[in-house]
Amino acid sequence: MLVNQFLILAAVLFCIGVYGVIARKNAVLVLMSIELILNSVNINLLAFSMRNGSLDGHIFALYIIAIAAAEVGVGLAMVLLMYRNRRSIDLDELSEMKG
Amino acid sequence: MFASDVLVAQNIGFAILATIMVIGALRVVTTSNVVHAALWLVVVLAGAAAQYVLLAAEFVAITQVLVYIGAVMVLFLFGTMLTRARIGAESDLNNKNWFLGIPVAVALFVAMAIALDSGFGSQKMPADSAVATTQEISDQIFGPYLLPFWALSFVLLAAVVGAIVLARRD
Repeated sequence: MLVNQFLILAAVLFCIGVYGVIARKNAVLVLMSIELILNSVNINLLAFSMRNGSLDGHIFALYIIAIAAAEVGVGLAMVLLMYRNRRSIDLDELSEMKG
Repeated sequence: MFASDVLVAQNIGFAILATIMVIGALRVVTTSNVVHAALWLVVVLAGAAAQYVLLAAEFVAITQVLVYIGAVMVLFLFGTMLTRARIGAESDLNNKNWFLGIPVAVALFVAMAIALDSGFGSQKMPADSAVATTQEISDQIFGPYLLPFWALSFVLLAAVVGAIVLARRD
């Protein structure tokens, strides 16, 4: 196995996630794209962990999983609040702070 | 002989999983149905868990299945169903400038691919890397990484309290 095959796979997933964050309007779908990005980072961390023969990448991957769970919890609560206030979760309608 | 067979099997497994993951990820960002996007995301996350097993990270793989596929997916489906009157295909999930994301993503990927190719070229993974046992990981978490672990506990506590405060009606 090459090191690069995992890193390239992670890069592909990262770019797809970035595309999703840019292209999507629905807040839940943007959160899903962020999950794609976080997963690609995890693949990178574990690939480097295997390459260097160290366990640190595993610990960081576990911490990222925990942070991602917290992020989804708070993010979906915010989406719910948004839906309750304006009956829509389209991100381009949140423009009060545009100035 | 035996080692090379294992390597070939690993590479075939990687190729199959990577193809499935990329297809799933593309469907997540292109499908016009939020529930379908969530289910395609399950495919990607399960593929990632399988890649973790391939990378000799069993504990992380099991955590991925438990936390992501178990908990985060349920959260996503609940979020979808609590904010959507109807479940089905919708036409207005994308921004009106959605096509701008394509050049950004492609340029980002080209930059990363060039950097990775010049940085790691044809480096190989160590062939005999040992599987990380749960005991070793816990020794790390409760040893040198204890302080981040505490910080993480507070982050989770704050997230739980914050989610309740945000989402309750009063």
